[in-house]
Amino acid sequence: MSHWTDVCALDDIPRLGARRVRRMDGAEIAVFRTADDRVFAVLDRCPHKGGPLSQGIVFGAKVACPLHNWTIDLDSGCAAAPDEGCVRRFAVRVDGGRVMLDATTPLAAAPTGTTVTA
Amino acid sequence: MKRESFEALQRRPRLVVVGNGMAGVRAVEHLLELSPDLYDITVFGAEPHPNYNRILLSPVLAGEQTLADIVLNDADWYAANGITLHLGKKIVRIDRARRVVEAADGTRAEYDRLLLATGSNPVMLPVSGVNLDGVLAYRDIHDTERMIAAAAKGRRAVVIGGGLLGLEAANGLRARGMDVTVVHLMPWLMERQLDRTAADLLKQALEARGLAFRLEAQTESILGGDDGRVRAVRLRAPRPADPGDMHGGRVPLLDSAGEELPADLVVMAIGIRPNTALAESAGLHCHRGIVVNDTLQTFDPRIYAVGECVNHRGVAYGLVAPLFEMAKVCANHLAQAGIARYAGSFVSTKLKVTGIDVFSVGEFAGGADTEEIVLSDPGAGVYRKLVLRDDRLVGGVLYGDTADGAWYLKLLRDGANVAEMRDRLMFGETNVGDTGHLGKSNVAAMADDLEVCGCNGVCKGAIVKAVKDKGLFTLDAVRKHTKASSSCGSCTGLVEQILINVLGADYSAAPKQKALCGCTDRTHQEVRDAIRDRQLISIAAVREFLEWRTPDGCATCRPALNYYLISAWPRETQDDPQSRFINERSHANIQKDGTYSVVPRMWGGETNAAELRRIADVVDKYRIPTVKVTGGQRIDLLGVKKEDLRSVWRDLDMPSGHAYAKALRTVKTCVGSEWCRFGTQDSTQMGKDLERALWRMYAPHKVKLAVSGCPRNCAEAGIKDVGVIGVESGWELYVAGNGGIKTEVAQFLVKVKTAAEVLEHAGAFLQLYREEGWYLERTVHFVHRVGMDYVRKRVLEDAAGRRALWERLQFALEGEPDPWRELAKAAVDERQFEAIGV
Repeated sequence: MSHWTDVCALDDIPRLGARRVRRMDGAEIAVFRTADDRVFAVLDRCPHKGGPLSQGIVFGAKVACPLHNWTIDLDSGCAAAPDEGCVRRFAVRVDGGRVMLDATTPLAAAPTGTTVTA
Repeated sequence: MKRESFEALQRRPRLVVVGNGMAGVRAVEHLLELSPDLYDITVFGAEPHPNYNRILLSPVLAGEQTLADIVLNDADWYAANGITLHLGKKIVRIDRARRVVEAADGTRAEYDRLLLATGSNPVMLPVSGVNLDGVLAYRDIHDTERMIAAAAKGRRAVVIGGGLLGLEAANGLRARGMDVTVVHLMPWLMERQLDRTAADLLKQALEARGLAFRLEAQTESILGGDDGRVRAVRLRAPRPADPGDMHGGRVPLLDSAGEELPADLVVMAIGIRPNTALAESAGLHCHRGIVVNDTLQTFDPRIYAVGECVNHRGVAYGLVAPLFEMAKVCANHLAQAGIARYAGSFVSTKLKVTGIDVFSVGEFAGGADTEEIVLSDPGAGVYRKLVLRDDRLVGGVLYGDTADGAWYLKLLRDGANVAEMRDRLMFGETNVGDTGHLGKSNVAAMADDLEVCGCNGVCKGAIVKAVKDKGLFTLDAVRKHTKASSSCGSCTGLVEQILINVLGADYSAAPKQKALCGCTDRTHQEVRDAIRDRQLISIAAVREFLEWRTPDGCATCRPALNYYLISAWPRETQDDPQSRFINERSHANIQKDGTYSVVPRMWGGETNAAELRRIADVVDKYRIPTVKVTGGQRIDLLGVKKEDLRSVWRDLDMPSGHAYAKALRTVKTCVGSEWCRFGTQDSTQMGKDLERALWRMYAPHKVKLAVSGCPRNCAEAGIKDVGVIGVESGWELYVAGNGGIKTEVAQFLVKVKTAAEVLEHAGAFLQLYREEGWYLERTVHFVHRVGMDYVRKRVLEDAAGRRALWERLQFALEGEPDPWRELAKAAVDERQFEAIGV
């Protein structure tokens, strides 16, 4: 069951940037906005050493972790080869200019079947 | 038939590759990286083997490795990538009109694009007896296997050809117990790679291993026995000397005149010839190779060619590095990415004979317009010759100790000015990696469990294993797979040496012109030039004009482009915070736990009670866990939460120290003449003046200054980007020092009298660096690249130019905001400091 929450307006997130969403329980979620206004949400922890992905440089539908420059694909949540590891993803969509996030339950593990951490 | 044409509209274009060797398959690998689903790919190989590493045939022959060790792509690889593989099928016909190729057994494949990688054939001497049983070329795994078999039965071998391949064959056969004689036409071995001195040393070393040589000897015929097997090689008697030669001319080598060398095995290794038979039969233009343009297309634009079969700008290459460079460009075009060009290669050679180290590169023989530096110690088996033209390295030969080969190759490829290091050049890059790897600089002497990359904890053994197991050829590939040298980069030289040691020097050196990142084939310099010459003032305009492959660029190119724009067009271009690394976006330094550090500016390292009280209050109020005195004479507050940053800045009420930025950091000073009994100049005031003039200055990398008030140099000015040392009669300026990864002593630039002159010279030097340095290039690397002469010319000799540089810097800095106190003006996105609650 989905629990959609209105977190902010789309324009509250910078293009090619992210905002952090704090939860009552659990680690923060990073909500990204791409150049073409798509949104993605993943746990704000790099699968490598837990770096805050929300602080990374966004390009295409990818983010470079600010700590050690792992590249995470926001669609799958997985690191670009040869690095290995995936971050939990959350459902997010834009509805009438508002960003709607389901912060309660992560999406099913990423399709590649590699290790999901955090 | 109707159905077929319908399918033709639906299907993907077909790429057929003729030749399953290193060049063709490398092109396919690059293509799959760029555009994995573009083509239906079919590969034909004439040999019955998967793609193997041909350059490692010599270790196989010598019994050091097996065929399984040198396979690069096994059958599973082709299957996993959806490639149809036909082994043991030689293509004999190309029908260009119908766009179909046909193999000897009748197998056909239609193509939309065809890639020819047919390699080369060994040259066989046109003498009688070449077809006898026991006469072989040395070219592929089949030849190698036959040689191994022959070595098991026979006793005596003759190798015709004393070049690279011939010597490797001779060494391998000797290692398998044969008596080997090498017959060579020229007066010394490997004459295309070595000068006479090095070749003589090599000959002595090989003789000590039991090889025999006949130099200046020509094969007349190969003699067979009654059983149809080879029996001996007969050498030609020297031609009767003409009268001119009788007096002091060359002495004919009578001992080889008409000599017969008994042989159970004869290996012909006199050269290779591009295999163009198929291309020629299809009417493609060939001339000592299949003629291709800079995009590796033949005269039929649907047909590409790469590898040893190719003639590019009149050169046919026989070493692997150029083939890989071709493959990369070709793949770029096949992927329709389209702007890469192949412009030829520098080649270097290393003999793959275990225990004998020979390295050769470029114009090793020298000429009338070159100078030579020679180190010769025949007793110790060491010889080194470097050839220079106009203060640049253009060639060299190393015998005995080749560990510095990679460094020389790099200097040569980069066209680096070596005038400043001429006196040390001969001794190599003795300080490759002098921190973090026990000061080791020679990988040959390193144990497998010794750490090479101190940042990522990668040992030598892990690198060697990755290179062998994964078939890596380039520094970039090693970085990706092992992480070695991917962080601070100080061990790059060591990693490159390991690559060379494992692969032989055929390893693929990075192309001379390194692309800025994977989004483009343009170099840093080309991008800088385009921004200036074409007056591009936004990142989007740069990407469009230079045909970036990616819509938003990446985390590597965006910060570089943003810096190039703000440094080329100050006050005109719009700074793009989203293209800056987080530290320069949040104006604090991110730490491993996601908190930040805050370093307020203290002019010249001086502070006072009021500032210290405010700092103490901030530490208490925001419960900052760690307070640390930095090496740059400031105070670092560590563990600040991002939400608190703005309040911390406000409460500190001190300027940003830019300790997080590629910008001016500190100006370290000693106490100077105001207090110190030895001080000759007021270094603290000079430091404060410099810092006030230069702060808020973004640069290609961080910039650190120091000012000392006397030659005792307590401020350690000798390892700073700009170091100033006060003496009784004025100030000495030193530039391009570095105290980090690789300690580099700053070089003397000029001595001046007044503080104003110090400001103007230091500012002009830094502006030159800001305008012409590449992003992430420290001043030390910038000056290495352009040469100290160039810096002197721009900053010292051209007084008007110096003033103009200094004025441009002041123009750029005028009105530049302090991001801690003028957040709006500095375009700080304040939304980042707040987390959204749900």
